[in-house]
Amino acid sequence: MKRIFSMLSLSLAGAAHMFAQAAATPPSPTAALEAGVKAAQSSADNAWMLVSCALVLMMTGPGLALFYGGLVRRKNILGTMMQSFILMAIATVLWALVGYSLSFGEGNPFIGDLRYLFLAGVGGDPNTTYAATIPHQTFMTFQMMFAIITPALITGAFAERMKFSAMLLFTVLWSLVVYYPLAHMVWGNNGYLNAFLGGKVPCLDFAGGTVVHISSGVSALVCAIVMGKRKGYPNEPMKPHSLVLSFIGACLLWVGWFGFNAGSALGAGSLATSAFVATHFGAAAAACGWLLAEWLMHGKPSVLGGISGAVAGLVAITPASGFVKPMPALIIGFIAGIFCFYMVVKVKNMLGYDDSLDAFGVHGAGGTLGAILTGVFATKDINPAFKDAAGVALPVGMLEGNGGQVVNQVIGVAIAWGIAAVLTFVILKIVGAVTGGLRVSPEEETEGLDLSQHGEEGYNLEA
Amino acid sequence: MKKIEAVIQPFKLEEVKEALKAIGVDGMTVTEVRGHGRQKGHKEVYRGQEYQVDLLPKVKVEMVVASGRADEVISAVAAAAKTGKIGDGKIFVYEVAEAIRIRNEERGETAL
Repeated sequence: MKRIFSMLSLSLAGAAHMFAQAAATPPSPTAALEAGVKAAQSSADNAWMLVSCALVLMMTGPGLALFYGGLVRRKNILGTMMQSFILMAIATVLWALVGYSLSFGEGNPFIGDLRYLFLAGVGGDPNTTYAATIPHQTFMTFQMMFAIITPALITGAFAERMKFSAMLLFTVLWSLVVYYPLAHMVWGNNGYLNAFLGGKVPCLDFAGGTVVHISSGVSALVCAIVMGKRKGYPNEPMKPHSLVLSFIGACLLWVGWFGFNAGSALGAGSLATSAFVATHFGAAAAACGWLLAEWLMHGKPSVLGGISGAVAGLVAITPASGFVKPMPALIIGFIAGIFCFYMVVKVKNMLGYDDSLDAFGVHGAGGTLGAILTGVFATKDINPAFKDAAGVALPVGMLEGNGGQVVNQVIGVAIAWGIAAVLTFVILKIVGAVTGGLRVSPEEETEGLDLSQHGEEGYNLEA
Repeated sequence: MKKIEAVIQPFKLEEVKEALKAIGVDGMTVTEVRGHGRQKGHKEVYRGQEYQVDLLPKVKVEMVVASGRADEVISAVAAAAKTGKIGDGKIFVYEVAEAIRIRNEERGETAL
């Protein structure tokens, strides 16, 4: 059908062409060629971006749902998976109604306006400010997948004890007051930290080190502290009930992350390849780093350690992925693997909070490290982010001679930490008051979230 | 009649079954259980969180035999279940007062 239609339009175009020739101004053949080239590039970019959209959604479900689901006790598997899944629904609706507009409407440096309310004007034509070669709707969809996974990452901190109603209200409010403003500040037109679109403090964040990982990781820490420990922690055994599920989930995250980072090039060109390579190298080196540290300190390299390390590396390379060469990507990953191991295994136990699935130790710590190292290793050879008046590329990272970039990165990190910590605390207080307590009752916690919150069980082995 | 109850390593179950079959014991009840004796448990570490696992998976094999055959059965089970390492398990022997076949209410050794 489509084919017939395009043939028809071709012949129509041919007829128009004949008329045009009869008229005074013949169209130049180069203009037609240029239009053809543009259409071809647009199709190629759009194909990759739609695949990337799907890959990033796959990170939440089933990726994160399996990763987190395997780490909890058997009685909480469905409740934990549901916390990821429900965001695929709720965060999507919220994004369509107001989220996209508040994030990417021009607005002021701190929050977008309501010009795209209900997705008004977001259609097939590109938004040339953000991505000139793909439909505006594709850009909107790609960004939506980030708005889904970010609150889902936080759920690792309050796993096994948060009331479903409280979790829903929390993530809605959190999206509105933490995620959308932060996404606007870093990626929105005229955003305060936007390095490409006139930000006051140009902070480099290719795919979401500050917006996604610091924001979710720091909020996770606040959640863990405000909500308190799981009943019986750390004296009762709370072993992961299925590292097999976690393993599958982590590997799906790794694959999905190619869409997350390489898709953030917003096109299918060499920058996407570069980000793809950096992402993969970061994950690989971090898995090595974590395993090495664990082997030396605990005598055994664990599977959970390997997959946790890979995720930590993916987190850390996220802000840097579109700015660094392969060797720095290996370095960033390796450092992240060791650093996050230390944060999860040592620092958490020292401070005594119960970040059940280590959302802070991996995403908060890895995101912060990655954001700062981006300022060190970014290079104009990969991404000429800064240019002088004559259009000549200027140094980007510290090793290239732009030491000030590390300062900008630290400012970006500090703002993200501040917004996430303060507003998460406030939201938790409000949600607790509205829903009559953030936690399930002690009896429900003993029974498990599956039965108490959803009325079902994950494993009916006798059925 | 004697009841012989053997708690053994799970991976030794097949060998024990074969050994019993070889001497003509054709009734038994097998249960998956957890427990420990002198073996104690082992340590598991998940992201630095250490767990001491005290109760290990074992298999319990129960059978009731005529008193005259008890020693023969015990030797067969012990030989088949043995690895020589700590954790091989234990065999307990009890006197059985009565046995009844539910199908036809036969009693005593004929019910075995």
